[in-house]
Amino acid sequence: VMAARFLLRRAVPALRHARCYADAPAAQMSFTFASPTQVFFKEASVKQIDVPTLTGAFGILPAHVPTLQVLRPGIVTVFGDDGSSTKYFVSSGSVTVNADSSVQLLAEEAVPLDSLDLATAKANLEKAQSELVGVSDEAARAEVLISVEANEAIVKALE
Amino acid sequence: MFARTSAAVQFYDVSDHCLCFFCFFLSPVTLRLKSIKNIQKITKSMKMVSAAKYSRAERSLKSARVYGTSAMALYEKAEIKAPEDKNKHVIIGVSSDRGLCGAIHSSVAKAIKSEIAKLSGAGKEVMIVNVGDKLRGLLYRTHGKHILINCKEVGRKPPTFTDASVIATELLDSGYEFDQGSIIYNRFRSVISYKTDEKPLFSIDTVASSENMGIYDDIDADVLRNYQEFALVNIIYFGMKESTTSEQSARMTAMDGASKNASEIIEKLTMTFNRTRQAVITKELIEIISGAAAL
Repeated sequence: VMAARFLLRRAVPALRHARCYADAPAAQMSFTFASPTQVFFKEASVKQIDVPTLTGAFGILPAHVPTLQVLRPGIVTVFGDDGSSTKYFVSSGSVTVNADSSVQLLAEEAVPLDSLDLATAKANLEKAQSELVGVSDEAARAEVLISVEANEAIVKALE
Repeated sequence: MFARTSAAVQFYDVSDHCLCFFCFFLSPVTLRLKSIKNIQKITKSMKMVSAAKYSRAERSLKSARVYGTSAMALYEKAEIKAPEDKNKHVIIGVSSDRGLCGAIHSSVAKAIKSEIAKLSGAGKEVMIVNVGDKLRGLLYRTHGKHILINCKEVGRKPPTFTDASVIATELLDSGYEFDQGSIIYNRFRSVISYKTDEKPLFSIDTVASSENMGIYDDIDADVLRNYQEFALVNIIYFGMKESTTSEQSARMTAMDGASKNASEIIEKLTMTFNRTRQAVITKELIEIISGAAAL
């Protein structure tokens, strides 16, 4: 890829048709990561993404096999082309990997990890766990379980 | 001239007791002038409120659009099409509770009516979900038996993801097992234009049995169901966001037009008022002078 870019800069008009191997779709991932209120990445090119799903955490690289997954509360790590990595905490959502290597990560709520506070998370976790003991109704129990799981994941992520 | 109506005055019935030809009594004209000036103040303030709401809606639409189009990316890329022989359809019409916004509600209702006519003609069963009270008002008389769910209190505050998920939950819990459907909403194009658009919805079975789904690895029924439910909420959220932006911009335009009409009428009435006033004064002067001359 580096050699191709170098050639391109040297002889732009004549070698225009040689660009065809630079836009091979399988080599590039078009990554879109958004929540209903905020867009983090839009059709960006990144190296790898680690996502937490209901069936386990896995990493997505370009030319990953197409799949659909549902997210669980946990950390999403995005490894950029330059080697840097950013972490986000997601509450739930879905991830789609299509055949043309485009990835859509849609989270119901997503925040960068550094905007979360460990002490508040621990306090919320304790409150949720104590609620779990006292609740009996099915629906309320499910809600409290979700809250416990989410808070546990936040605490684990921050530690 | 008094019989001419405009958007600003059609809902204010002062002209009922006003004479429909040129009248010499000052008080009806003064009354009318005052009332139209008040109406103009109201429409101007409505326009400014809509402008503020519109700019806020447009800002949040930017991220909502990325979100919504990504949610539909799977259906487009996998080219999922519903089989022709499936019978149960659902149409989600997105609108709001409040009027005075031009053709927003009527265009969605028109699209829904033509869709129902087309589908019923082909022998399919259709049910409607109304998001917004105005849609219910437009549809219940002629297509009342097709209405499945009505949603109120839409449009007062900006729509949130939670609102969309409430609607999706209601639809999924309603017991109506639809095979496919569409959501009809007003897509925002610019401040002065919007277009009524339709996006498809698919049921879990349709997606699971679609031929291109084979390339997607490692999918079990549970994951697919969760994914579909989430996608449904996303599409409804997207439709609601686009709709509110279109509605606020249309209301801005409508209120602007109403204020302009009102100022036109005010000009004409002021002319009439002054001419009448001068005519009365001249008449009295002539009477006085001719009376004095007779002495």
